[in-house]
Amino acid sequence: MEKGKVFKYGDNVNTDVIIPARYLNDASAQNLKAHAMEDIDPEFSKRVRPGDFVVGGFNFGSGSSREHAPLALKASGVRAVIAKSFARIFFRNAVNTGLYIIESAEMADEIDENDVLTIENGVLTDLTKGKSYPLPPMDDYVAKILAKGGLMEAVKDEG
Amino acid sequence: MALTATQKIFAKHAGRESVTPGELVTAQVDVILGNDITSPVAIAEMKKAGGKVACPEKVALVLDHFVPAKDIKSAEQCKTVRDFAAEQGIEHFYDVGKAGIEHALLPELGLVRPGALIIGADSHTCTYGALGCVSTGVGSTDMAAAMLTGKLWFRVPQAIKVTLSGKLRRYVTGKDVILTLIGMLGVDGATYRSLEFFGNVSALSVDDRLTIANMAVECGAKNAFFPVDEEAAAYLASRGVHPCAEELVLPDADAEYIEEIALDLSSVPPTVAFPHLPSNVRTFGKDIPNDIAIDQVVIGSCTNGRLSDMRAAASVMKGRKVAKGVRCIVIPATMEVYKQCLEEGLTATFVDSGAVVSTPTCGPCLGGYMGILAHGERAVATTNRNFVGRMGDVTSEVYLASPYVAAESAIRGVLACPEE
Repeated sequence: MEKGKVFKYGDNVNTDVIIPARYLNDASAQNLKAHAMEDIDPEFSKRVRPGDFVVGGFNFGSGSSREHAPLALKASGVRAVIAKSFARIFFRNAVNTGLYIIESAEMADEIDENDVLTIENGVLTDLTKGKSYPLPPMDDYVAKILAKGGLMEAVKDEG
Repeated sequence: MALTATQKIFAKHAGRESVTPGELVTAQVDVILGNDITSPVAIAEMKKAGGKVACPEKVALVLDHFVPAKDIKSAEQCKTVRDFAAEQGIEHFYDVGKAGIEHALLPELGLVRPGALIIGADSHTCTYGALGCVSTGVGSTDMAAAMLTGKLWFRVPQAIKVTLSGKLRRYVTGKDVILTLIGMLGVDGATYRSLEFFGNVSALSVDDRLTIANMAVECGAKNAFFPVDEEAAAYLASRGVHPCAEELVLPDADAEYIEEIALDLSSVPPTVAFPHLPSNVRTFGKDIPNDIAIDQVVIGSCTNGRLSDMRAAASVMKGRKVAKGVRCIVIPATMEVYKQCLEEGLTATFVDSGAVVSTPTCGPCLGGYMGILAHGERAVATTNRNFVGRMGDVTSEVYLASPYVAAESAIRGVLACPEE
């Protein structure tokens, strides 16, 4: 069972803090990950491990359209981002690049920093608290993109 | 069912009679925009997919964020875009000397048509809704998929209707209007919705409408929409755009809006967004202290770098000097605006007052270069975001304001508004 720990932040985690613009002269996700979350949590890139989770409040990913933001989180090994709501371009970018995102006020409220989570068979379990949450349903087209691992793979099929 | 203007434009581009708010549709797009930051990621996706651009005539590539290239890595990104444009036969490619900030440039070039569906890999792509189209910011992979197929997936938005009345007071601009609305709605109050303006739209200049639409994303909106009036039609005609009747979209009379806001323009005060959210608004004469000392002023950006913004700033600065200890950076948004500033003597006014005038770039707005803030420094800027670390060090502060307020603040050395 793949487990990951939680990094928890507040409302309006914007793309400028997920990946500051001073690093956007480089589009390599591998280079960007060293600076993920740097302006809100300078220790993030050192502490994050593959399979970990990011939890936010309202309006996660607001601001710039930079896809570097979900790419930096994905390259950092983030398994999923859980938030009360997502800004729309970040939502698109996460889906399109295959970063798993979960919109749930209940989970975002109840799950705490350093909790250990796992996802299996459509259920997210907070092992620290011993509580399980069914994953919310998603639109068919969004599910298809995520199943293909990203938008480019999905549209190639459409011909 | 009765449709809003935005829903009508989505229906037409999806080849449908009607659409339902909330549903996902695949729609043909008319313009696909990218810049020097977002295009390289899209180009890498295109290359991975081994694809060719299906519709090079629809693609516009504008180098504007870090140009003239600020360092070697930026130069490489510009080169990637330049080479791609040449390889793929993309004619709408705008490089240093021909370019400008993308959202000021595209309307100038006549690339924005009423009734169009425009996407751009830049969040401020919503600017063009000022001219009666649907335009919205997307990501780089969206841009790549659209270049490959000519179409893209969208969620059909519900709409917030803003009905305008009255006229703006002196020293009050479109910037104050949109900051006021963001203050009312909050930074996510319009998420997944379109922000549609009706009523006394003609009381606003086209430039004011562009500024308002530009910042619609700061309250989360997918797009903004203004119907085309006589002034907008005249502006479009001056740019070689002559829309036919069916491109001039209006909502059905019984279209449904999820929220309706009545805004008397004469009630809008000079407004400033304090750190660190665009919704954190305060107004002169009410809750702005008169002793907020500043280190820097930036006048420019896709929000406020057009000719009317330059004229507004120059009218305040003419014959006066930038305060000791303040750095004032003026950035006309396009080469056309830059040239016009020279011809009208605005550049001389800025330089005589002690400001510097840069060639077009997004530069300092996003903390790229050309005016980065040090530890604890404070800037008044006509830009669009004041997030933590947006213009430099994480302890620095950005106050968002109109060109009038920014210029007066540069002269007085404190956050200030011109007085009648």
